[in-house]
Amino acid sequence: MTELMWRIAGGSGDGIDSTSQNFAKALMRAGLDVFTHRHYPSRIRGGHTYVEVRADADPVRSRGDGFNFLLALGDSFARNPQDGADTVYGNEEIKPLSENLDDLNEGGVVVYDEGLLDQDTLERAGLDLEARAEENDWHVYPLDLRALAREHGREVMRNTAGVGATAALLDMDVDHIEDLMEDAMTGDVLAANLDILERAYDSVREEYTITHDLRVPTGDHGEQQVLMSGSSAVAYGAIDEGCRFISGYPMTPWTDVFTILSQHLPKFGGIAEQVEDEIAAASLAVGASHAGVKAMSGSSGGGFALMSEPLGLAEMTETPVVLIEAMRAGPSTGMPTKPEQADLEHVLYTSQGDSCRVVFAPANVGECYEQTRAAFRVAYEYQLPAIVVIDQKLSGEMRNVDESFFDREPNDDPGSVLTEDEIREAAHHESGKFERYQHDAENGVSPRSVPGQKDGRFLASGNEHTPEGHISESPTNRVAQMDRRMSKLDAIREELNDGEASHQTRYGPENADYGLLAWGSQQDTVFEAVDQLNEAGASVMALGVSDLMPYPEREVADFLESVEACLVAEMNASAQFRGLTQKELGRFGPKLNSLLKYNGEAFEPSEIVEGFERIVTRDAPVPDGTKFVPAAGD
Amino acid sequence: MSVFSAIGEDREIDRDEFTPGIEPQATWCPGCGDFGVLKALKQAMPEVGRTPDETLLVTGIGCSGKLSSYFESYGFHSIHGRSLPVARAAKLANPGLEVIAAGGDGDGYGIGGNHFMHTARENHDMTYIVFNNEIFGLTKGQTSPTSPKGHKSKTQPHGSAKDPVRPMSLSLASGSSYVARTAAVNPNQAKEILIEAMEHDGFAHVDFLTQCPTWNKDAKQYVPYTDVQDAEDFDFDVTDRREAAEAMYDAESRLHEGEVLTGRFYVDSDRPSYGAEKRATDEMPADPLAERYLSEDSEWERSADLLHHHR
Repeated sequence: MTELMWRIAGGSGDGIDSTSQNFAKALMRAGLDVFTHRHYPSRIRGGHTYVEVRADADPVRSRGDGFNFLLALGDSFARNPQDGADTVYGNEEIKPLSENLDDLNEGGVVVYDEGLLDQDTLERAGLDLEARAEENDWHVYPLDLRALAREHGREVMRNTAGVGATAALLDMDVDHIEDLMEDAMTGDVLAANLDILERAYDSVREEYTITHDLRVPTGDHGEQQVLMSGSSAVAYGAIDEGCRFISGYPMTPWTDVFTILSQHLPKFGGIAEQVEDEIAAASLAVGASHAGVKAMSGSSGGGFALMSEPLGLAEMTETPVVLIEAMRAGPSTGMPTKPEQADLEHVLYTSQGDSCRVVFAPANVGECYEQTRAAFRVAYEYQLPAIVVIDQKLSGEMRNVDESFFDREPNDDPGSVLTEDEIREAAHHESGKFERYQHDAENGVSPRSVPGQKDGRFLASGNEHTPEGHISESPTNRVAQMDRRMSKLDAIREELNDGEASHQTRYGPENADYGLLAWGSQQDTVFEAVDQLNEAGASVMALGVSDLMPYPEREVADFLESVEACLVAEMNASAQFRGLTQKELGRFGPKLNSLLKYNGEAFEPSEIVEGFERIVTRDAPVPDGTKFVPAAGD
Repeated sequence: MSVFSAIGEDREIDRDEFTPGIEPQATWCPGCGDFGVLKALKQAMPEVGRTPDETLLVTGIGCSGKLSSYFESYGFHSIHGRSLPVARAAKLANPGLEVIAAGGDGDGYGIGGNHFMHTARENHDMTYIVFNNEIFGLTKGQTSPTSPKGHKSKTQPHGSAKDPVRPMSLSLASGSSYVARTAAVNPNQAKEILIEAMEHDGFAHVDFLTQCPTWNKDAKQYVPYTDVQDAEDFDFDVTDRREAAEAMYDAESRLHEGEVLTGRFYVDSDRPSYGAEKRATDEMPADPLAERYLSEDSEWERSADLLHHHR
């Protein structure tokens, strides 16, 4: 059975997001594994947007290669309000159809709203759909979705008509779609939508002879599933780890995490603060944590840049804090709604002085939850900042996860904080000041007190300081404090190595000849490419890396030692992760080749497959939109 | 017993408790106005009835930032301009604390100006002391946001072309609910104003004139001073926003003509603090959030309670 890769395309503001989310949920409820991919412009209304929903009985872990079903609604917001409702901007109206055809796989299905996109519109745009359909063996079903929606409800219900048509063409049961509508709507709106769904379904059945073979796959989940985005998983990990304070400033794509937590934390006895800028946002998180609360903040590239100073303050004062960095394409404002992995070095090193922080880059929805929890545990136990790096791809993509995955115990442990009884027994300066920063603390962690605790007074300072926190430039004290703080990273690396589950993921056959290396959100796409390569006869395995600081030296070195050559796939122009790997391991330069992509789109598995050819066959072509950088000495 | 037994402790408090054993003697220059702030603050604390263990003093960077080294309490010597966001979050996390933020005029009206405006707007229940010496001292005498127009320095060799910031007017427009100006040379008034500021339930901003004998030799020593509450040509109602605005404008203008006008300029006792506003809309817990982490019997919600939205 062929998998379904359904793309719904329209204008921003046409309701593409919510329609696709419900469609994905319906497929999940029907027993399929689902994965969504969201593409949208940095505009409020208008501008071409689409969402892909990939569904199969087997696990789906990336957007896949191309797609096989297009529902093109046309851009109903492409009108120029100054010139009246009938004037459109150039060919904007047709773009959700015309601009999506290039990626449509051979044999694919096209449904478009001929109410909005009539023959004249197609001709004006120079689109000979008939010829292209013949050439690619596409099956085209023009439908007047607009008329159907207008007649039985309102024009905005075109989406519902499109979903009804989709269901009819795929032999898909509409029960789950109807249930979801009943959950979300009431009264006349619900009645009209249900009516339109049924009429669209019936009219396709009555008016068309179905010529394509694609049908909705059938599957079965052993247990209750939930549809979850990377942003929700980050937020829920924070909630379960006892985070009850968030401060932030809106910025795409970080806004998703910020919004979700701002909605839930007050209900759970917490505090959410939208503040004047990101300097304040990170400073508030530091202040709240200093006072004893588990706190977080975060931003995207430009906003995270503003957090550099408070981040350094947290390192120097050893104040635990968790920060999220949701990367988007840079530099500067870059491309706000496009994914990229070019903030790696920024996150690792920003702020003056030697970095003393933890950085995790989860691969998928499940890891977003796990590693956000791990970030809180490490930050509060070791008293340093922990950063979770996601990107525009991971923050918005949705996948089904077993509901039982989230059935966990919360952790309210504030980490290395003393009780008043313990403070009484702890070391104090003769003046009565608590020794908050003792030179010889175990694992480098000197337990802290919290303001308001009796006899716990100390000074937290961004200046170098004595055990009581008073400013000092003594060379002996300086070296003792620096060595102690930096030693925390070694202790954390050891704890992570000894942990039950490594954050690094090995994929593919053991002892394969070649390797693929990826980090963060690109890991699962690379794993899918590994399957394709091995099926085609190659001998390839992959390592996905999520621990970036402290770097997992042993796991990466073991992997690289065992392969003849390796392709590092990452979404940036300067091969930052490859550079980090060489810096941390000090060797393997001649084995590490790079496949780079920075055009605003995440990798598709086939691009990794093609790019891999290049390390085997020197003159193999490199896929469009990517760049190959050979290994040192090559 | 509370997990924060220092908070609300009922006992006699001696001002000497606020002198740290580690750095009992401040190392500001002889004649520096900063000594006046430290002394007034130490005197005010016992009268407000707060102990060192229940007080959090957050300072910025500059000569003034050293206040947290010379004052015994929980201290946070933060970064330049950022004392307010650190301090206000600590107050939200644990409203039982007495939270004081302090810094210089460059720190508060320059690099941290945005935080000043927004912290005032939110009306957090805390006190903000700005050491205003109209100069950058620690970096050796550059023009500051409050330096008068025409002031010459190494960074403005031909004299500053800028009008100075009007600290009190800015404060009032931003939303502070208590605004006062005092001077290091006026210790009794300074102590009284700091007591009022700490007891005020809202954002209390004290513009504290601190003479810099080292880098601002041209500047007056802020003597003689006049208390606007006693001055004959000042007759205004401190609870009336319009009258307060006029009095502030006047006092700020006359400072540069050599006349030092101090006292209370604006007091709004009716406006609820930010914490009260947030608690009223269930955006903040009734009990201090910080207590929940250290108490044995806390109940914690789980994300599993939210999963029905995702089925």
